[in-house]
Amino acid sequence: MVELIKNPNVNFLGKRYIAFVLSGILSVIGIIAIVLIATGHANLGIDFAGGTSIQLKFEKPVVLHDIRLALERGGLKDFDLQDLPTLNKILIRVKKSEQELGQGSEKITGILSQGFPENKYVVDSTTVIGPKVGGRLRADAAKAVAFAVIGILIYVAFRFQFKFGVGATIATFHDVLAVLGLFYIMGKEINLILVTAILTIAGYSLTDTVVVFDRIRENLKLKQRESIETVMNSSINEVLSRTIITSTTVLLTSIALFFFGGEVLHDFSLAMIIGVIVGTYSSIFVASPIVLLWGGKRPFAKK
Amino acid sequence: MKKKIYWRLILICATVILAVVFFLPNTPAFQYMPEWWQKNMPNKGIVLGLDLQGGLHLVFEVEGDKAVEITTDRYASNLRNLFVKKKLTADVNRDRLNIIVSPSSIEIRKLIEDNYPGLLPVETGNRIVYRISDKEARRIKDSAADQALETIRNRIDQFGVAEPTIVRQGENEVVIQLPGVKDPKRAIDLIGKTAQLEFKLVDDDAKVAAEIPQSIIPGEEEGLLNQFAGKIPEDDEILFEKRVNRETGEVRKIPILLKKQAALTGDLLSEAKVNIDSRFNEPNVSLSFNAAGANLFEEVTGANVKKRLAIILDNVVYSAPVIQEKITGGSAQITGHFSMEEAKDLSIVLRAGALPAPLKMLQNVTVGPSLGRDSIEAGKMAGIIGTIAVVVFMIFYYRFSGVIADFALFLNIILLLGAMASLNATLTLPGIAGVILAIGMAVDSNVLMFERIRDELRAGKTPRAAVDSGYHKAFWTIFDSHVTTLITAAVLFQFGTGPIKGFAVTLSLGVAINLFTALIGTKSVFDIINSKREIKKLSI
Repeated sequence: MVELIKNPNVNFLGKRYIAFVLSGILSVIGIIAIVLIATGHANLGIDFAGGTSIQLKFEKPVVLHDIRLALERGGLKDFDLQDLPTLNKILIRVKKSEQELGQGSEKITGILSQGFPENKYVVDSTTVIGPKVGGRLRADAAKAVAFAVIGILIYVAFRFQFKFGVGATIATFHDVLAVLGLFYIMGKEINLILVTAILTIAGYSLTDTVVVFDRIRENLKLKQRESIETVMNSSINEVLSRTIITSTTVLLTSIALFFFGGEVLHDFSLAMIIGVIVGTYSSIFVASPIVLLWGGKRPFAKK
Repeated sequence: MKKKIYWRLILICATVILAVVFFLPNTPAFQYMPEWWQKNMPNKGIVLGLDLQGGLHLVFEVEGDKAVEITTDRYASNLRNLFVKKKLTADVNRDRLNIIVSPSSIEIRKLIEDNYPGLLPVETGNRIVYRISDKEARRIKDSAADQALETIRNRIDQFGVAEPTIVRQGENEVVIQLPGVKDPKRAIDLIGKTAQLEFKLVDDDAKVAAEIPQSIIPGEEEGLLNQFAGKIPEDDEILFEKRVNRETGEVRKIPILLKKQAALTGDLLSEAKVNIDSRFNEPNVSLSFNAAGANLFEEVTGANVKKRLAIILDNVVYSAPVIQEKITGGSAQITGHFSMEEAKDLSIVLRAGALPAPLKMLQNVTVGPSLGRDSIEAGKMAGIIGTIAVVVFMIFYYRFSGVIADFALFLNIILLLGAMASLNATLTLPGIAGVILAIGMAVDSNVLMFERIRDELRAGKTPRAAVDSGYHKAFWTIFDSHVTTLITAAVLFQFGTGPIKGFAVTLSLGVAINLFTALIGTKSVFDIINSKREIKKLSI
């Protein structure tokens, strides 16, 4: 047998206060990020903020600065430029264009065709989102996160007990906050595909938590004499190798996506990588300690 | 015991064969299949989403308020005609959504309210202000959206797009998906054009007409309109004709004073065709009116010989030729500086008819074909590398049992692709990510089971007993963890749009299939091994 750790016996719950501080910081950053997103201060993607984005692929390498100058001379205001130099690609984003939608993209391609006649390009993609649709997508994303969290709470409360449901929900919400917060700090774009990644992470992290809870429930029934904390600790240790192995395989595929999955999925896979690590951490250090902290009667005691 | 294994093996084989049959159209092998197979067996497979095959996703809002305004205008002119017919002198004016009638005699009120129950008086006094009732306005907006949908469908049919999707969304929106369109701008112009064709008489007799400049440069239109606001007769308006100098390419705008009331409109057309002008070798669009239109055209031209008649499309004058004589036969021509494509598109929109109200673009997601191809290639690459990494890792960690898990993993991938193909599900880029992530997550069920089996072995059980009890103990954990993932997948499906929905579909299918492969597939392999003879040592 190849074993990661022989008979692990780590006092995870003993470190809960360190974990609470760390998680507290992560959550606060996440909450700040949410407030900033809600008030429109974060780096919102076109799909949420509304506006125009165009991705162009040039035949020859381009200098970003030249493009910026050309666009500025052409009278374009408030735009963002980003490039993928290895592929001769550039991404131009104009947020909240109050001007006629659609014309914005024509204006940009017009300026660039005139400004760089010797360097031809093809339009990889154009996205134009009106403010109405942006608002709707934002609302839908918020609803999706809310409903996912509620759904999780109900299912876990139904399958286990209410306080386990609360523990799982808080742990899951913690992951959502952590990924959002870290993405905000890194200055990454908050867009629909990130929300998708976050909800996937929520599902994944929850799976992790449920596996731990399952073992705790089983052991609480078996080991009536031991304290809840001891039972929780030994349960986490028992499922530790499973937790690490599954996280590893998911990480392996996420990393493959990150490096080979193409530019569109780059941020998605980055979010997945962060999320898997945070999700694994939270199911060990956040979910169970919260159930313990909740106190009350010993759960699953034999009548 | 043995019989049970056979049944499970048959089940596994049957599902794999089914999956392969369904997925075959997505592989190059499909074209080598015999003809009867291609015809009668599943031949659609997984559909690529717009983000992968390239194309347009458009959302337009039908501006229902404008449709109500247009109807109000029509009511106003009907009222005028009614008063003339009944020999009543009354003033009828329209101001946006209001029809203002004065004087407000009982006779006039009765006449209006008997004939037009859809009009409600909102203000009375010396004059009466009528408005279209809310119920009627809702009906107008609703039918405008329906009509717009129909018109757009007509235009796209004539434009020629393979498998377009055109559906109404909510109260007043139209969602259009056009896969594989090469020239997105042309398609958007074709759809978005209101195509309101009007013939209006030029009012050269008005005194103010002489004061209007011959031509202006583009950009000065607003200023000119402001300058003449209030100076031009009340039932006149100024529209512009764009003229391009053939030699220099210089663009000028020609302001033209017109009668507001259209003499003829495009709804009387029976045909619109592209012609090539023999003089400049330039395409133009020739129009034919239906019988009613031809009569009206004859009447209008006969009564206005030597005057000019402007041809106007969406409030832009295309030409304003002098009527030389009464025109019979009902045909006319739109000339302009058209390219062949423009002329063709113009004839399409005229044939398909005008939109009942202007469209406002809410969303446009256009993906070029090369980006889609790149995404698919990148996705394949990431999928292959991710799979190899997981496969190798599992064998390294679980040895022979790792091989069993890998077998279950491949079963998982095949069934997932087959299931998606059988549903003709749309594969989007996030969907590809979903498939790849599912590969990483799929082994979890096996990991859970193996760890339990290891526990049982450590506790001193025989391999067969360890497999059985490990399997049973892991069952509910696997079940619970799958259901929780399904919850988030369901939420994603409910609230996600296009690509995200595709992701949710792959995620939930992946989860469901994973339950099957882990609980039936892996277990069967262990049972087969154990059924031959009691093994002493389990490689796990």
